[in-house]
Amino acid sequence: MAEIRLERISKTYAGGKAPAARDVSLAVADGEFMVLLGPSGCGKTTLLRMLAGLEYPDTGRITIGDREVTDLPPRQREIAMVFQSYAVFPHMTVFDNVAFGLRMRKQPADQIKPRVERAAELLQLEPYLGRYPSQLSGGQRQRVAVARAIVMEPSVLLMDEPLSNLDALLRLQFRAELKKLVQDIKTTTVYVTHDQVEALSLGDRIAVMRQGEIVQVAEPMVVYDRPTTEFVGSFIGNPPMNFLRGSVSRDNGHARVTIGSEALTAPTALAEAVGDNVLVGIRAENIEARAEAPSGGANGAGHALAGETVVVEPLGSHLLITAAIGGQQLKVVTRTDFPTGPGRPIWLYPEEDKIRWLRPDTGAAVQV
Amino acid sequence: MQRQVALERDTALDAPAPPARGRRTVLTPYYLLAPTLLFLAVFFAWPMFQALILAVQDNGRFSLGPLQRMADDVLFWEAIRNTILLTLIVVPAQVVLALIMSLLLVSGLRGAGLFLYAWAIPLGISDLAAGVVWLSIFNDRGYLNSALAGLGLGQTGFSFLSYEHPVSMFLAVAVAETWRATALVMVILLAGLQVIPKDYAEAAEVFGATTWQRIRHVTLPMLRPSLQVALIIRTILAFQAFAVVVALVGRNLPVMAEEAYRWYGDLRNPSVAAAWALLIMVFSLVNTVIYLRALRVRDEQLA
Amino acid sequence: MAVADTPQTLPPGAVQATDILPRTAARRKGPVRWPLYVAAILITLFLLLPIYLITIAALSPRAAVNDFPKSLVPRELSLETLLFFLNSRGVVASAWNSVMVGVITLVLSLVIGTPAGYALARFAFRGRDAFKILILTTRAFPIVILSIPLAVTFIQWGLYDTILAVALVHTALALPTTVLITSSIFVSVPRDVEEAALTLGCTPVGAFLRIALPLALPGLAAASLFTFVLSWNEVFAAAILTVSQRTLPAQVFTSLGDSPLPFRFAGGFALIVPSLVFIFFIRRYLFNMWGRVVR
Repeated sequence: MAEIRLERISKTYAGGKAPAARDVSLAVADGEFMVLLGPSGCGKTTLLRMLAGLEYPDTGRITIGDREVTDLPPRQREIAMVFQSYAVFPHMTVFDNVAFGLRMRKQPADQIKPRVERAAELLQLEPYLGRYPSQLSGGQRQRVAVARAIVMEPSVLLMDEPLSNLDALLRLQFRAELKKLVQDIKTTTVYVTHDQVEALSLGDRIAVMRQGEIVQVAEPMVVYDRPTTEFVGSFIGNPPMNFLRGSVSRDNGHARVTIGSEALTAPTALAEAVGDNVLVGIRAENIEARAEAPSGGANGAGHALAGETVVVEPLGSHLLITAAIGGQQLKVVTRTDFPTGPGRPIWLYPEEDKIRWLRPDTGAAVQV
Repeated sequence: MQRQVALERDTALDAPAPPARGRRTVLTPYYLLAPTLLFLAVFFAWPMFQALILAVQDNGRFSLGPLQRMADDVLFWEAIRNTILLTLIVVPAQVVLALIMSLLLVSGLRGAGLFLYAWAIPLGISDLAAGVVWLSIFNDRGYLNSALAGLGLGQTGFSFLSYEHPVSMFLAVAVAETWRATALVMVILLAGLQVIPKDYAEAAEVFGATTWQRIRHVTLPMLRPSLQVALIIRTILAFQAFAVVVALVGRNLPVMAEEAYRWYGDLRNPSVAAAWALLIMVFSLVNTVIYLRALRVRDEQLA
Repeated sequence: MAVADTPQTLPPGAVQATDILPRTAARRKGPVRWPLYVAAILITLFLLLPIYLITIAALSPRAAVNDFPKSLVPRELSLETLLFFLNSRGVVASAWNSVMVGVITLVLSLVIGTPAGYALARFAFRGRDAFKILILTTRAFPIVILSIPLAVTFIQWGLYDTILAVALVHTALALPTTVLITSSIFVSVPRDVEEAALTLGCTPVGAFLRIALPLALPGLAAASLFTFVLSWNEVFAAAILTVSQRTLPAQVFTSLGDSPLPFRFAGGFALIVPSLVFIFFIRRYLFNMWGRVVR
């Protein structure tokens, strides 16, 4: 077990147009489950491969525990890795696959057997130890790949989209199992995925990446509730966070944000922070929808935004409503019995403390 | 407003960036290529050069003598003419036959796997063996004459391979060469057919194309890169045709490679032999350039 | 090897010959298809009948060569002709030379060419494309002519009239193809499994030897057979570079002029048999190998 530190890592592939990593720094605490999340091509896998020693950074330092490993080959890093394609050895039995690393470490044979069996037990592979990978299903092969990694008792466990080749049902099941397994063995883990649900469900923390840079590192609920950029808000969550364009004005020392003909009260400091225009970020489930006009009349509306329902999609547990306010569309989640339909008026009440204010030019959130 | 930095919790990482180490140059692939390059330099590039030197020297001095002797030889033009004629007959025959074979194979015949195996067999047969095989058929008392006799067409047998019958002699060589080397062309074309997506043919069919139109306007254009490769390889091999000719008709039909062999082996003159070798090389390179230009594969066609 | 008989782990580079053909069942009922079968059967006859004929010619008694007209079914089978050929001076020795030349050629071209093929398959490096073009360009050269200048060189080196000299020329002939074939074989061995071995404690060489090589072995074996037959069939260089150390094709070729027909038929048959065996063994790799090499 060990802490990982990436310090100012940069990497451009030979012949690559954009850098795969630019000046990336990240610290992963001992025993932490860190998820690298981002769209394909954002550099998350490159970062993982540099941790593994399969690629080397152009500049920067990598330390695992107390050792600098920047230039060390994989075998000297005390890591183990699970590959997206499983990468089990087709010409070896399950037992030989799992035992492979221990044999490379020259462990005595009488110690290898019990350790392989324990790893196989953890992943429910005991009945298959004598089989070849070609006789296993995709899910079982991935279990072999995980067993082969954890049997090494590595300081750091690296996983590159280990669930992405499984079908949806199996993925759901194995995800929970993987979480339990990693909790039990308490190994520092770095896990790469492009699936935001996976990231939210597995990570102690999530590092969101884009174009070779880390955009935000935080606990899953923080990343979800308080994205630091428009990109993070729209990449994470389903539906993505709503972003509405508004203009900022001052009113008796209070700031007001106007969206079309509707207005929201905003923190006083907002005007200094963003200037004349602002992006209002709010998640669909953080908006309360009502079908009747507020009783206090137009002035007493408070935070109510009057709009019109455009589309209603029943999704079983809830309704997903697309509504229009001042020419902009947003998604709202309501109970299934919410009385509305296309063309009918709707009144929306965003939860004040869940609103994110962002600069429209950079997409960066502001703290007010 | 300060741009939010990723490291919310880590202030310890403000250390200055470590010095850049410059991009690594990985030497491993060059070490791995070195043996091949070295070997080809010694046993491929150097002899090519050596052939050139040999062809223009006489007793260690520069001389056009060997080239002169080659050109003055009574068989010079005949060997060139025969080689070109043979190439002109054999290569198109092979390509057409191979095209038919590969189209048959992908047309969904029952037992196509078996046909494929049978048709691939000549791949492993040398030109010398091919010559001998057809000698058993074309000789005066061979199987062809036996068959003709069986059909009541001539009881004495026809001397197909005699120099008195240059046409039949020539055709016998062409048939043997076609028999032996069509499989190679077929394999190349089949590989090319494999990578043509079925969608195109199906789309053509939807638009009402007949089988022939489909082959003419969809399959053949897409097969162009494979055709190019097959033509280049086959033509170069045809320029070197040699043992099949000697085995079938002996010295009755001089061809270029045979002359090179004769000057080296029988006449003990490496310089003139090297001159012939050079001539074959020039023919091959010119041919390659012609094919590359005539059958140019435009990038947008491959996209 | 256990891999070979497990269904999903076809050795890398292997594609069943039949895989590339469409499934008959999937074809719609269409226009009349019997002419296609007629064409296929005629082609098969054209390609296989001569092999049958040389076989019966080699297995008939020597005197049968003068029979006329000959029948398609031999009157009597006998090993007389074949034994006459095998007992002729130099034939057995030259067959042995051929085997030795073939083995040296395939070892040399594998040992020299495999690393280059591996490098092409695994590394992105400056000059990779240039090297590939160089290898492809060798095809535009008539390689047999190499043997004439080389003969002169080998005389100087004292290598003339040795099986090593022939094997060296055959290696030059086979090497470009070996590089391309091995490269396509290693491309089909997933990079991931080798990287997995690296993360599990292997050195790069260890990962190659323990993982990539075993997985590539069936393909490499096919490539070796390919090389062997290339060498076994080669006449020109072998005839130029040897006087006493003939290979079998060189022996048959140089005695064509002064040997009776039965001798030649038996020689042709002897040359063909290994080729038939070869095609049988590599049939499942052949198309795949060529398919990639010609791209």
